[in-house]
Amino acid sequence: MSAIRAAFEDTDAALVPYITAGDPDPDATAAQVRALADGGADVIELGLPFSEPIADGPTIQNAIQRALDAGMTPDRFFDLVASLDVDVPLVCMTYYNLIYQYGQERGVEPFVEAAAEAGLAGLIVPDLPVEESDTLKSACDFHDIDLVFIVAPTTRGERLERVLERVSGFVYVQARLGTTGARADVSDQTHDSLARLAEADVPRAVGFGVSNGEHAREIVAAGAEGVVAGSVFVDIIAQEGTDAADELEATARELKEGAVAGVAPRPERT
Amino acid sequence: MSETDAGEETSGKFGEYGGQYVPEALMPAISELDDAYRRYVLDNEDGFMDEFRTRLREFGGRPTPLQHAETLSSRYGFDVYLKREDLLHGGAHKLNNALGQVLLAKYMGKERIIAETGAGQHGTATAMAAAHLDMDCEVFMGERDINRQRPNVFRMRLNGAELNPVSTGSGTLKEATNEAMREWATTVEDTHYVIGSVVGPHPFPTMVRGFQSVIGTEAKRQMEEKIGALPDSVLACAGGGSNTMGAFDAFVEDDTVSLVAVEAGGSSLKIDEEEDLAPNSASLSIGEEGVLHGARTKLLQNSDGQILESHSVSAGLDYAGVGPELADLVDSDRVRAVSVGDDAALSAFHRLSRLEGIIPALETSHALAYLEEIESPGEHIVVNVSGRGDKDLESVIEETEKRDIESAPTMEVFE
Repeated sequence: MSAIRAAFEDTDAALVPYITAGDPDPDATAAQVRALADGGADVIELGLPFSEPIADGPTIQNAIQRALDAGMTPDRFFDLVASLDVDVPLVCMTYYNLIYQYGQERGVEPFVEAAAEAGLAGLIVPDLPVEESDTLKSACDFHDIDLVFIVAPTTRGERLERVLERVSGFVYVQARLGTTGARADVSDQTHDSLARLAEADVPRAVGFGVSNGEHAREIVAAGAEGVVAGSVFVDIIAQEGTDAADELEATARELKEGAVAGVAPRPERT
Repeated sequence: MSETDAGEETSGKFGEYGGQYVPEALMPAISELDDAYRRYVLDNEDGFMDEFRTRLREFGGRPTPLQHAETLSSRYGFDVYLKREDLLHGGAHKLNNALGQVLLAKYMGKERIIAETGAGQHGTATAMAAAHLDMDCEVFMGERDINRQRPNVFRMRLNGAELNPVSTGSGTLKEATNEAMREWATTVEDTHYVIGSVVGPHPFPTMVRGFQSVIGTEAKRQMEEKIGALPDSVLACAGGGSNTMGAFDAFVEDDTVSLVAVEAGGSSLKIDEEEDLAPNSASLSIGEEGVLHGARTKLLQNSDGQILESHSVSAGLDYAGVGPELADLVDSDRVRAVSVGDDAALSAFHRLSRLEGIIPALETSHALAYLEEIESPGEHIVVNVSGRGDKDLESVIEETEKRDIESAPTMEVFE
């Protein structure tokens, strides 16, 4: 069983926070990761910044720009990951061009090998649909790294089956159409998506717009095995800079508690 | 690899290039578009292509003339023919594609159009087509480009389009494209994204080339009428590559016709590694294979794969990528990629204005500038005049003042 799968098996309500590696500088990331783990994160997504993040909203786009300005590169990213001392499985979220260009020769193999050596447990590539993923999937299988796919509210029928044949670790359920970014409510699209994925044999983690404990509770109560939250953490880093650790931990704890509360929803108090 | 048999026509791959690299939320929209493209465009279902051709003729003003340029011909010693896409409605070739896609969106039952624009020509064409076909239209445009293309900004608004300024990054086409893709991912169910060039995920590169191929098809027929033969070469400027592929497509199979894509060499072809920027927009000439905005193609990027800021005096060429089919045609030596710099393009702008009474777009001026350098031209050359230069006048006044250009007028005496 993969480390990610095992992390989901250990809990009925996994918290998967996202931060951008190198935001606001590479040294800050280690403390942020530790804080998220201490706050209850079960899997942590680390963004490897790409200059054209078309699947991300303004919050994460700005974080990516800060990280690039601070000098984050794929090599520094792998060094950073290798130096982290946490028990939580780490997933790299990045765009395909960075994977394809890594190393002396173009192609996906050098990146996946470096990712495995650095200790990453999985990859998420938001601009790589299942149709274009053959070579990356083979390389990930060879190096025992999970390839997580995103399922959108518009993913149905045959496409959905193709994704479910390929996905490993967990399936990332996009809560609503659009890009990443904190929202005020949980979309109805979430319930429909979870229902369509009821037969999936990987855990389902819902993301895009998850920003507080109540969201996390609702999502897990709707049947998800986990929640993904990014912009809420990135917002904290944007405000607190290198001193974000305490607040990251507190917010992770709130989300994790919310998620756990969703497993057995208590009746409303009067 | 450039054969356009039925299978290749719809595969979305051009050798190693092309494909569909987009967020999952867009995949169903792209499949839906591919299906609509096959039915309405390739199979003429519900008479789509008949209506498209009628509207291109009556609203657009096609066919555009193929003009023998007498003064240029005597200057160079070979016959120069200008394919006058500047005379198309809106003043650029962009309407061919915009009208095609807006009409297709209407056939698909979409309610709203979004587009990105650099120089504003595609935005203008899309706004016109949307007004003509009674569709809501929003255009994304970089703030820097808004400042250098103000007349087109106003034209879009005149046609009822809403303009969304994009302030991220360098504030040019690349950022506007990112933003339009994000907006599409949010509103995909009722909105069609009119991509303005032969770039982006399949089916856009094939579909846009198809809508633009009327340029070369007409030019070929017009050359037959004028000289009873094919031209020796066809020249077109290349940014994303829509006028390029439009002018070339009908000639790709004709091995005797030399096809030359002229890119923006900017101020230098050398990448500035310290600043991480390309002082040019010459992705065919110096770009490396990679994936951007939905397709695998040639890109201006650093060794990590980060996309570089590009540069050209022409906002319409200022883009770090290029169409995947064009990248493949260059790799297979069917198309030759060359480049000319900002200075030469500005000189050519003034030259055509003075010698032929045609004020060309700064994009087109790059193709015209290459006439000065062309080595084995043959007797008959077609140059695609992709658009007219009215939109560029503010930039041209500013840029001309920085340079010593022969025969260039100044505004000095009026200030």
